[in-house]
Amino acid sequence: MNHTMELVIGAIFINNILLAKFLGNCPFLGVSKKMETAVGMAGAVVFVLTLAGMITWLVEHYLLAPFGIEYIRTMAFILIIATLVQFVELFLRKSIPALYQALGIFLPLITTNCAVLGVAIINIQEGYDLFDAIVFSAASAAGFGLALVLFAGIRERFETIRVPKQIEGTGIGLVTAGLLALSFFAFKGMI
Amino acid sequence: MGISALVMLGIGLGAAAILAVAARVFYVKVDPRITATEDALPGANCGGCGYAGCASCAEAIVAGKAPVDACIAGGPEVAIQVAAIMGTEIGVAEPRTANHFCTGGDRAERKFHYEGALDCRALFDLHGGDLRCKVGCFGLATCVRACPFDAIVMGPEGYPEVSAEKCTGCGTCERVCPTKVIQVFKLSDRLMHFNNDHECLPPCRQLCPAQIDIPSYIDLATKGQYAEAVDVIKERNPLPLICGRVCPAPCEAGCRRVAIGDEPVHHNYIKRFVADWEMHHPQAPPVISPETGKTVAVIGGGPCGLSAAYYLRRLGHRPVIFDAKPALGGMARYGIPEYRLPKKTLDFEIDEILDLGVEVRCNQQMGRDFTIADLESEFDATLLAMGAWDNSSLRCEGEDLDGVWKGTEFLQKRELGIKVDLSGKRVVVVGGGNTAMDACRSSLRMGAGEVTLLYRRTRKEMPANQVEIDAAEHEGVKYHLLAAPKRLIGDEKGKLTQIEYIKMELGEPDASGRRRPVAIEGSNTLMDVDVVIAAIGQRPLKDWYTKDLEERGLKLTRWNTIEADEKTLQSDVPHIFTAGDLWSGPALLIDAIGTGRRVARSIQRFLLGLDLGFPEGTFVGPQKLAVSNLVPVLGVGPRVRVSQPELQVADRIKNFEEVDLVVSPESMRDEALRCMRCGTLCYFNDEQRDAHLSGRPLRKKVGELLQNSPTLR
Ligand SMILES: Cc1cc2nc3c(=O)[nH]c(=O)nc-3n(C[C@H](O)[C@H](O)[C@H](O)COP(=O)(O)OP(=O)(O)OC[C@H]3O[C@@H](n4cnc5c(N)ncnc54)[C@H](O)[C@@H]3O)c2cc1C
Repeated sequence: MNHTMELVIGAIFINNILLAKFLGNCPFLGVSKKMETAVGMAGAVVFVLTLAGMITWLVEHYLLAPFGIEYIRTMAFILIIATLVQFVELFLRKSIPALYQALGIFLPLITTNCAVLGVAIINIQEGYDLFDAIVFSAASAAGFGLALVLFAGIRERFETIRVPKQIEGTGIGLVTAGLLALSFFAFKGMI
Repeated sequence: MGISALVMLGIGLGAAAILAVAARVFYVKVDPRITATEDALPGANCGGCGYAGCASCAEAIVAGKAPVDACIAGGPEVAIQVAAIMGTEIGVAEPRTANHFCTGGDRAERKFHYEGALDCRALFDLHGGDLRCKVGCFGLATCVRACPFDAIVMGPEGYPEVSAEKCTGCGTCERVCPTKVIQVFKLSDRLMHFNNDHECLPPCRQLCPAQIDIPSYIDLATKGQYAEAVDVIKERNPLPLICGRVCPAPCEAGCRRVAIGDEPVHHNYIKRFVADWEMHHPQAPPVISPETGKTVAVIGGGPCGLSAAYYLRRLGHRPVIFDAKPALGGMARYGIPEYRLPKKTLDFEIDEILDLGVEVRCNQQMGRDFTIADLESEFDATLLAMGAWDNSSLRCEGEDLDGVWKGTEFLQKRELGIKVDLSGKRVVVVGGGNTAMDACRSSLRMGAGEVTLLYRRTRKEMPANQVEIDAAEHEGVKYHLLAAPKRLIGDEKGKLTQIEYIKMELGEPDASGRRRPVAIEGSNTLMDVDVVIAAIGQRPLKDWYTKDLEERGLKLTRWNTIEADEKTLQSDVPHIFTAGDLWSGPALLIDAIGTGRRVARSIQRFLLGLDLGFPEGTFVGPQKLAVSNLVPVLGVGPRVRVSQPELQVADRIKNFEEVDLVVSPESMRDEALRCMRCGTLCYFNDEQRDAHLSGRPLRKKVGELLQNSPTLR
């Protein structure tokens, strides 16, 4: 149990996939202008990442490892994640239209989110078992969501204050992301 | 190596198989129109429409959530294709552009009430109330940066300006604007907007029957942007030359100057000044929406018909005006006399409207020269705006004697070229409205020896414009108030010689709120007279109301006005609409103009097959809001009102020269600067007043602020 808690806290705060590992920067800067879209994206990422973490772990251990062909991992995972996202989209549309309405537009964007691939690979590299892999994936996704929502909150404020011309837009966005990462650094002392 | 290739292939095939099966199993039946619409859209997935990609845009269109012209990248051609798929009219394929058409509504999240109107609190917080806010804009240039087409630049005043040529109407600016003051509009939305209760409405704008954006045009006039000021007026009133001269300005009753014990701002000086300036400095004609191919018959070319035709034309329809008289203008031509409204001016204003592409068929009287069936075969909708031309009778003995005339019949003679010689004659005019005043002053100009006005109540109750009552008295009209005609007496040849009248006193108030005059028995008096002009009110004629109209279900009220929906002005026959005096009974020009625009909106929606109703909270006419109970404003004192230059009495009563003259640019500016800019300047809010009352220091002293304000000193 203790180990699981550690995994969760570590993934959300200390090794935050966005702020410590700098994976998934594209949506971080892209959809963080508005709180509404940031929340939608965060939800979609949690959903897909958890599923992807699980499936890629299974593929690694029951397909790649037995044949000794771990070196095609990256390629295989990309294909699997892309298929998965497509599948989830089709499934949701038919079965849970309400959820599809909420997450629909973000799902295709996730296909190209490197945080998903990153977490799937970390799962393997760290040698997690299936349960740990799922927990770690979900927690990383939560960390991603947390950072994204925090960041969106800050960026919304930028719209109404005067920002020096030279660093308007992405400039100040990156500076803020850096500061946010620094403050997350403080969580290192937690464990 | 071989294995890895096989595995990859396996995964790939597996994935494909799973997706293929999933696509079958989870197949969702889609409306074929969605697919068709999606095919019609360019597939650029640009997001300009506000939806994530063309597919979701197509879905939204079919679901009715987005208009058929939602696609920005595709432009009108795509809109027409999509409209065809959806089975609606192509008339809606109208380009949209970004605009600061700020109605003040829904702008900042936090709003506060201040005397006058709603304003944005955020503005106050950011600028201490010091910022002149024409549009509720913070001046942050978010939209300038966001615009993908570089169509927005910061103007010299620190507010964004949109270039109409570059703007594609993509709506990016609208999405990024923190206060939602920049909005993407179609021309028709802008022209057909009506006041709404959530908007920042200064009191004058609440009271204007045509809902003119008064503070905006006054503001533009002070800056010397006269052409722009005229454009602002014409979005609500296409006849500023006429109204600038003869409108009694009901809007002035709400002026906040009155609350500080001052005289209201004289809107008409300003309106007339800019309109006269435009007459001498012709401008390019206004933008017209794409042609819709719809035709509308407008019966009656008075102010109402002209106003409706103007807006219908600007919306892209083809209105045709029919009028019984040889020239257009209605009562503005055949009622209001030359010395108040020169016909040259009137002609100019009418020609400007006709030049937009409005067809005119004069000397065509409804019921005599054409019927409703004729109109139905040629037009998609009909507007009846024939005004109120029937003179009420005096209801006393001797009314058909030679020498007893009817008010409007007398007034129109001059315009129709019929000579009337009144030299040395004694004229009595009965009535207290504008028609009576015009009859008095015209009689004087036609050489009458003595003109007496007989009115049964007192001066205070007279419905005529105040300036008219005063001017008639200056020119020498004798007022016999509290007196009513009893009998008209003629000689044996049937010629009028005397009038018998009876004195009145005021009793209880009647339904109209005015005190009812009661005759004083035995006070009958005789007076020698040559001509009596009866000008005690008009009502619509009924000669046009033929059997075929009755059969179609068109109904008249007992005042001869047409029965129609109070808001939309649609009659019981769906394609027949009405407005102006024919709907309301005799009213003011500005009422006729306002209902003209209102009915244009209804006709537009009828032609496009849309619902005629108004959004919730809409005011279709003048409406005083509770929030604008004005109190004096700290630091603002009275300022002398500019007086109107006019011809001397001795010079003017000999002829029909225009009496009131246009003010000088300096005087106009002086008058315009008296405007306190309610609703555009947030200089005194509740917070400040509370602070003031409780002795706490003000964040910024209002007086000081006004001193420093460039336009309010
Ligand atoms: C003497 C006088 C002075 C006034 N002074 C002022 C003033 O100072 N300020 C102010 O604000 N208002 C004033 N008014 C009121 C104002 O003129 C009217 O409210 C306004 O003109 C009404 O406009 P309308 O278009 O509804 O009707 P009208 O102006 O009456 O126009 C109706 C048109 O329909 C035509 N028509 C009528 N019957 C037929 C038919 N059967 N077939 C075809 N065409 C037909 C007529 O020829 C006319 O052109 C005055 C009115 C009068 C009579």
